[in-house]
Amino acid sequence: MPMHIGEKDFKKRVTKGIEDDFMRGAVRSAQGRLQDKRATAADELGDWEDWRTLGSEIRSHTIEHLDYYLNQLSEKVAELGGHVFFAETGEEANEYIQKIAKEKEAKKIAKSKSMVTEEISMNEALEEIGCEVIETDLGEYILQIDDHDPPSHIVAPALHKNKEQIRDVFNEKLGYLKTEKPEELALFAREKLREEFLSADLGITGCNFAVAESGSFALVTNEGNARMVSALPKTQITVMGMERIVPGWEELDVVVSLLTRAAVGQKLTSYITALTGPKQLEEADGPEEFHLVIVDNGRSKILGTEFQEALHCIRCAACINVCPVYRHVGGHAYGSIYPGPIGAVLSPLLSDYDEYKELPYASSLCGACTEVCPVKIPLHEQLIMHRRKMVEDEKRTTLSERVAMRGFEQLMNSASLYRTATKMAPFMSTPFARKQMITKGPGPLKHWTHARDFPKPENERFRDWFKNREKRGEQDAKR
Amino acid sequence: MKVSFFITCLGDMFYVNAGKAAVELLERLGCEVDFPRAQTCCGQPAYNSGYRKETIEVAKHLIETFEHAEYVVGISGSCVYMIHEYTQLFEEGSDWQKRAIALKDKTYELTQFIVDVIGVDDVGASYQGVATYHTSCHMTRLLGVKEAPFRLLQNVKGLELVDLPNRHDCCGFGGTFSIKMSDISEQMVDEKVAHIEGTKAHLLLGADGSCLMNIGGRLSRNGSPVEVKHIAEILNSRGDV
Ligand code: SF4
Repeated sequence: MPMHIGEKDFKKRVTKGIEDDFMRGAVRSAQGRLQDKRATAADELGDWEDWRTLGSEIRSHTIEHLDYYLNQLSEKVAELGGHVFFAETGEEANEYIQKIAKEKEAKKIAKSKSMVTEEISMNEALEEIGCEVIETDLGEYILQIDDHDPPSHIVAPALHKNKEQIRDVFNEKLGYLKTEKPEELALFAREKLREEFLSADLGITGCNFAVAESGSFALVTNEGNARMVSALPKTQITVMGMERIVPGWEELDVVVSLLTRAAVGQKLTSYITALTGPKQLEEADGPEEFHLVIVDNGRSKILGTEFQEALHCIRCAACINVCPVYRHVGGHAYGSIYPGPIGAVLSPLLSDYDEYKELPYASSLCGACTEVCPVKIPLHEQLIMHRRKMVEDEKRTTLSERVAMRGFEQLMNSASLYRTATKMAPFMSTPFARKQMITKGPGPLKHWTHARDFPKPENERFRDWFKNREKRGEQDAKR
Repeated sequence: MKVSFFITCLGDMFYVNAGKAAVELLERLGCEVDFPRAQTCCGQPAYNSGYRKETIEVAKHLIETFEHAEYVVGISGSCVYMIHEYTQLFEEGSDWQKRAIALKDKTYELTQFIVDVIGVDDVGASYQGVATYHTSCHMTRLLGVKEAPFRLLQNVKGLELVDLPNRHDCCGFGGTFSIKMSDISEQMVDEKVAHIEGTKAHLLLGADGSCLMNIGGRLSRNGSPVEVKHIAEILNSRGDV
C-alpha cells in the first residue's frame, strides 16, 4: 500500500516513537503552540459552536450529493477549457499524470503541498519516468532533501523535527552555514526554491477545496507557493481527493474559515489561492493547459457506510494537535501518511484491516479529537465502530478476548454470579498483594502492573456495607 | 427525593469509601437512598471493545435493575455516560430504546445531581489541605459535566484548590486501552503524574474511580506522597478547620 510508511510491525513503530526524545520534544512543543492558537482563534470568531454546526452541515450536504457536485465541477472545468480525469485508483491517477509529463517532455516538476499525492505515491511514479519533482512547501522540502523522510503530520509534515535538526539537514545536504533561526532557514529555502520554480516545465498542485459552481480550486498555503506552482509553468495539473469539494463560494468561505482557524489558529493563512482553469484570452498569466485529476482510491466505498462522516474531514489536523497518543508516539508510529485520530479512522478504510488493525485501538477514547473537530466528526465513535466491525464482521479479535467478553456478559447479567465473584476477589488477589496494592498482577493485569500498582479489592464490598448499615439502622439516625 | 445509588463495579470492590461518603452526603442533603442489589456493571468494557451484542445484554440488565427509580445517581462520570449511551444501542423507536431514554433522563453523576437537581453549591463540607482536581474525559467531554465539581469544591471550607496544568489531557486509562496499549498508556499516565507532582497539592481529587485507580497506581508505584481521593470523600468531610 503506497500510503504505508516505515516499519511493518506496529509495536516496533510505537517503541521507536516512544524512545525518540527529540521527536517527542518537537511534537510536544508544536502541539502546545497549535492548541493555544486554535483556542484563541476560535474564541475570536465568537460563536464557534455555530460555525462548527454550519461546517458540519455543509460537509454532510456535499458528501450526500457528491455525484451531483462532482458532475457540476467537471462540466465547469471543461467549459473553461480544462481536462478532467476520474481515477478510480492511485495507479490510474499516476498513469494519467505520467502520460502528461511524457507528452510535455517535462524534466522538472514543481509541486505544492498535497496529501492525496502522498497517498498515491505520485512523486515516486514521476521519478520512475525520469522526472525531477520539487516539493515547494517548506516542510515537504525539508523532508524531501532529508532522503525522503516520510511526513508525520498532515499540515506540518516535518513537525517531528526541531529547528536544530532542520539546520543540520540543510547543512549536510545543501551546505547551509547559518543558524537555526526559523526566519533564516526559511529565507534560505525560499532562495533555493525560487530557482526551481523558474525552470519547472510542469506544475502540480493539490486542492483544499474545489468550488463546484465555478470550477475553481482553493489552495491554502503558508508560503504562497501554490501561486508560483500554478502561475509559472505552462501546464498545470491539480490533483484532488474526490470528497474535497464545496458547492459554492459562500460555503467555501465557511470551510476555509474553519480550516485556517482549526489548523494553525490564524484567521487566514498567509495565502489563499483560487485557481480557475487555464489562462483565458483576457488574462495575463496562468497555465496554458489545465488538467484536473479526481482521485477515488477507496473513497466511494466509504460512501453510504457508517463511516461516511470520515469523508467530511477538511484535513485541518486539529484532532492530531490535541491527541495525547500522537504526542507520545509521533506520526510515524501510525504507519500511515494519515496519522492521529483521523488517520486511525481513515487508514483502515482507504487500505484495510490487515494493514491497519491496531490503529483503531491506539486511542484511549478520551474524545479530545471529537471535541475539537471543526466539522464535528465523531472520531472516537468511529474508532469504536471500527472495533465493532473487527469483532462482528471480521472476527479478527483473539479467541481469548471473545471468550472473556462472553464471560463478562454472563457475569454482569447475573446478580448472583456477580455477587459471588466480587466476594471472592479479595481472597483471590491476596497472594499478589503487598499491603493494599498489587504490584505484580496475574494474566492481562501484568500489563497494568508493569507501570502501576493495582488496588487490592476491599474485604467489605460497598454492597455489604450498605446492607449491614441498613440492618444496624444507621441510615435513619443520619437523616 | 428518592435516589437509587449506582456504585459501579469498580466502586463496589475498590472504592468503598467513595461510595460510603456519597451515600452519607446525599442523605445529609435530604435524599432517601436505596441500593438496588441486582446492579453489576454498566457494560463499558464490552462497548468500547466493540462487543455490541454483549453490551446490549448487560444494558438490559441494568435498565431492568434501575428503571423503577425516581433518580439514579452514580459516582463515575464515565459509567453514567455509558448509561446515557444505551439509547444508541437499541433500534430506533423500539420498546427497549424507550426504556433506555426514560432511564437516561433520570440518571446523573453525583456532582451534577447535587448542583443541577438538588440545587446546592455549598454542601457544608470542610477539609484542611491543598488539593488539585483531575477532570475526567468522559465526564467533561461526553457527559458534559464541567462546572459542577469545581462549584462544589470551591465551597469546601479550608480547602485550597490548585490548578492542574494540562488538566484536559487524558490520564491514559481508557479501559482496555491501558492493557492493550500499555506502553502508550504508561507514557500518558507518567505525564499526568508529573503535572500533579509539579503542583503543591498533596491530594488528588477526581470524580471517576477508574482514572483515580490509574493515576493512583502510578503515584503509588513512584512512592509519591500525594494522596488520592474521590471528590465525594471531601464533600462529605466535616473536619475541623
Ligand atoms: S477529522 Fe476533523 S479535526 Fe481531524 S483533520 Fe479532519 S476536519 Fe480536522
